[in-house]
Amino acid sequence: MAGVEETDLQRNVLTTTVDRMLAWARRSSVWPAQFGLACCAIEMISTAAARFDIARFGSEVMRASPRQADLMIVAGRVSQKMAPVLRHIHDQMLEPKWVIAMGDCASCGGVYNNYALVQGVDKIVPVDVYIAGCPPRPEALLYGIIKLQEKIDEQGRQGTRTA
Amino acid sequence: MSELTRETLTINMGPQHPSTHGVLRLVLELSGETIVSCKPVIGYLHTGIEKEMETRTYHQNIALTDRIEYLASYFEEMAYCLAVEKLLGLEVPRRAQYIRVILCELNRIASHLVWLGTSALDLNASSVMMYAFAHREEYQEMSEIVSGQRMMPGYFRIGGVQWDLPEEFFPRVRKFIDELPRRLDEYEALLTDNPIWRDRHIGISSLSREQALAYGVTGPVLRASGVNWDLRKAIPYSSYEDFTFEVPVGANGDAFDRYTVRMAEMRESGRILRQALDGLPEGPYITSDRKVALPPRPELVRSMEAVIHQFKLVSEGIHPPKGEVYAAVESPRGEKGYFIVSDGSNKPVRVRVRAPSFSNLAALPVMVQGEMLADVVVAIASIDIVLGDVDR
Repeated sequence: MAGVEETDLQRNVLTTTVDRMLAWARRSSVWPAQFGLACCAIEMISTAAARFDIARFGSEVMRASPRQADLMIVAGRVSQKMAPVLRHIHDQMLEPKWVIAMGDCASCGGVYNNYALVQGVDKIVPVDVYIAGCPPRPEALLYGIIKLQEKIDEQGRQGTRTA
Repeated sequence: MSELTRETLTINMGPQHPSTHGVLRLVLELSGETIVSCKPVIGYLHTGIEKEMETRTYHQNIALTDRIEYLASYFEEMAYCLAVEKLLGLEVPRRAQYIRVILCELNRIASHLVWLGTSALDLNASSVMMYAFAHREEYQEMSEIVSGQRMMPGYFRIGGVQWDLPEEFFPRVRKFIDELPRRLDEYEALLTDNPIWRDRHIGISSLSREQALAYGVTGPVLRASGVNWDLRKAIPYSSYEDFTFEVPVGANGDAFDRYTVRMAEMRESGRILRQALDGLPEGPYITSDRKVALPPRPELVRSMEAVIHQFKLVSEGIHPPKGEVYAAVESPRGEKGYFIVSDGSNKPVRVRVRAPSFSNLAALPVMVQGEMLADVVVAIASIDIVLGDVDR
């Protein structure tokens, strides 16, 4: 009888840590802020549209309010005038939050090395994943989101918290 | 009480807002829900592209032009190349002109599809947005086949195009234009007689003929106000005089007319595409002027002169004569023009872009004056601005 109970337990009970379970829940539904800047935003919309269907990765709920979002996809070039606004939006997002720098401009300034653009959005907000491309293909953005999910999982395994 | 009703409320819309179609900011003064004044605040996407162009050679600048009006990259390249070619006094081979027309008209359809999808999404018609973007993917694939890039093609060259159209492009584009009328019928079936769509568009954000002309509005917004002005007809460029097509014109200048004008324009683009594909002339796809275009590869092993030309073009680029030039094309948003000043060196001294979105946006305050707050969303969608084009 004892043996039967044991297999029942194995079938029906999972043991894990709270951190891992939280990470699993978080990475399965990363909600991006609906926030586009330039050309990359069009590819971001394409990613959310029928062909690429970002919903397959649990990120289809684009929230217009930063307070309801977990992920900021910086899709496009960040001008000096936009930088404080972008920082403000990032500050409004609740913890835990992540940032993807989509495209060359957001990652490092891209082809523009001039007075008008912030040379990489990591100068103003902490970036988790950088995606290269001008603009990156929707597949590249999806890959970036998958990489971010792996990162969240890893943080759960290590028991570290996102700051 | 009367004191209270007279008080106005100033609210801020954007730059992060789901329906400003980019990083546009509007400062709206409201009396109740009625708009007393509207002030667009721009510059949130100022990239300094015009200044950047002064530090690059004429050929390198083609890559930068793509990123201004990023939904209509082929038009940017077209306008820029036309301006430089005018400066050089260069004749473009007819095949290249036709290839340019084919890609531009495809781009026009794709750009209007983004407008259709996003403006429908603003009114919560999300299925139209899904259809339009799925339809646009076909254009993206064709663009990738031709140029290697989905959005920023960099395919046009000064004096022609980068390479000839690949074989696999033709069956795809034929299929695309064969299916186009049926698809457009489908979108119109979803929207034209939809009571919500009609209520939100008819009589909304009207612009009279006089106002449109006074504000320098161009493109579908101008034509919706009843002015028959299309640069493809008025000042034909790149062999547009060879094609028969209609210029759709509206009557009331409201958001609904802008919708009908753009839908009709897509059908006309399909007509132009068919004519351009049927009449695609044989011949070279780029000029044979060795001071402008690279010599073909086989020539390099045979001729020392070709090697010198190659070296000069790659290391220095072209040297147009001294002078000023302006060339414009009819982009999906209106007159897209390039003004270039040359001092005879390999880099332009000044490049100024005449941005249709900028002028069209200037008319937004007049359109929404005295209307309801909720209609601002429709007004912005109906003028179809690209913020990259406004701020550059």
